[in-house]
Amino acid sequence: MTELISKTIAELRDGFRSGEFRAREIAESFNAAVAAARTLNAYTVETPEDARSAADAADKARGSGELLPLAGIPLGIKDLFATHGVDTTAGSRILKGFRPPYESTVSGNLRKAGAGMLGKLNMDEFAMGSSNETSTYGPVISPWRRKGSNVGLTPGGSSGGSACAVAAQIAPGATGTDTGGSIRQPAAFAGICGIKPTYGRCSRWGIVAFASSLDQAGPMAKSVRDCAILLEAMAGFDPKDSTSLDLPVPNWEASLSGDLRGKRVGIPKEYRIEGVPLEIDALWDRGIEWLKDAGATPVEISLPHTKYALPTYYIIAPAEASSNLARYDGVRYGLRVTGSDGLDGMYSATRSEGFGAEVKRRIMIGTYVLSAGFYDAYFTKAQKVRALIKRDFRKAFEQCDVILTPTAPSAAFGIGETTDPLAMYLNDVFAVPASLAGLPAMSVPGGVDDQGLPLGLHLIGKELDEQGVLNAGLAIEERAQFTARPEKWW
Amino acid sequence: MPVSPEQVRHIAKLARIRMSDEELDRLLPELNNILGWVEQLEEVDTDGVEPLTAVIDLKLRLRDDVVTEGNIRDEVLANAPEAQHGFFAVPKVIE
Repeated sequence: MTELISKTIAELRDGFRSGEFRAREIAESFNAAVAAARTLNAYTVETPEDARSAADAADKARGSGELLPLAGIPLGIKDLFATHGVDTTAGSRILKGFRPPYESTVSGNLRKAGAGMLGKLNMDEFAMGSSNETSTYGPVISPWRRKGSNVGLTPGGSSGGSACAVAAQIAPGATGTDTGGSIRQPAAFAGICGIKPTYGRCSRWGIVAFASSLDQAGPMAKSVRDCAILLEAMAGFDPKDSTSLDLPVPNWEASLSGDLRGKRVGIPKEYRIEGVPLEIDALWDRGIEWLKDAGATPVEISLPHTKYALPTYYIIAPAEASSNLARYDGVRYGLRVTGSDGLDGMYSATRSEGFGAEVKRRIMIGTYVLSAGFYDAYFTKAQKVRALIKRDFRKAFEQCDVILTPTAPSAAFGIGETTDPLAMYLNDVFAVPASLAGLPAMSVPGGVDDQGLPLGLHLIGKELDEQGVLNAGLAIEERAQFTARPEKWW
Repeated sequence: MPVSPEQVRHIAKLARIRMSDEELDRLLPELNNILGWVEQLEEVDTDGVEPLTAVIDLKLRLRDDVVTEGNIRDEVLANAPEAQHGFFAVPKVIE
């Protein structure tokens, strides 16, 4: 059965349709692989029955003709998505035991498309982190290791469980969410693909809110094609999300093409930053050559406010988080800790024990920048710089069709190696600008470093041009020939 | 401008997070580090720039004021740490 778990979603779909294997065999192969990989700590809840019953429905439907787009495909779902009757905790102690009486729109869309669920995937608490170390369930351990080393590496974050699951072949694909790089950085660390669509493409309804003006769901999978397949099922207008885009979902998979003749690829000079390993710059140069080979013309562009993107993000995201996380008060769901002084004491005792250190840090920062006397100096200022960052991209896209950069400034690091919060934040230096501008962006594996760890290339597209991002991603995928896989040790 | 321990205590109170003195001592330099770093935004000339509140041009939709889902009180209360008589229960507020 190991050959089934190594297949892409497209291969599983086609093999199931042609009768080469049954959906039940796919589900059981993954269920067994999940159960055998608990060392990785990728899943917080396993739901083999769910995967099995969706598979049985697919097998039954195959006889009758009409098949749903994801019939026969089991997926991993990030713990940030509310799943009906299944624990949904956002990796936080404060949501312990929360079983939503509803399903998030995105996971519901995947179900409606025929997909089953293998389980819920571990993540940084409330999606705040770049290493999966802030989860109340403990860190996810990457299936990748440095050459000749047993040191446990992080899969990145916050969608670290999702990245780990796909790389370790304990899910053929998974949902992720991206507020400032949380799909793309872990995809790069794990040697897989991941796309964050344009803000508003995927409904935020039923996704535990972190920073609502930035949060977007997206797929993580082995290939660019698989990302297109999953995104088509996840995206779509939802009246329950006030910022959902009322637009038809394009046929991204059918329109995939690695032929980039006539396309201009922007290379932002501000992304050449000091302290980034030479291997990453070298990979970036190879990426430029690959896109040239696909017919595209590279052009140097300027995004002058790039260096201000991270500080802008670390005002806006904590501010929105401090507001969104005010709902965790020990009254309606999750943890309650009774304090000594009545209702107010219960609130502060519950929040003190329910939230981890990074979440508290961000709530404190957010509360401070929104507090009387500081609001304009921090929050309004950041919103203005955000407008300038968006304007930079608008101007750049007058000269180019898609932008190529590295995904992250390093390969995966060891668990416990990065303890300074600011150093951790720098992981998203290349990913955050596209988030602030609401643009579609994707990470595709480009190669490995001298330690044998994957490195990703990052494509940023115009608003609503997921197709342009996917196509450039495909052109890279076809040329990078990334075949490295983690050696199984778990 | 660095924040003082009193300010951090005040912010923690606003955020309803109980904080021990040791926790506060640990957090203070971290917050000052982060705030000092974000203050580099002061260099950026933002005169005449409108603050960006939404990344996509979108008119917020109004919906009809009707119940679309309901009558699931017990399902909702099933998640409450404490529920009584069909309500969320909290520690006594008025003596």
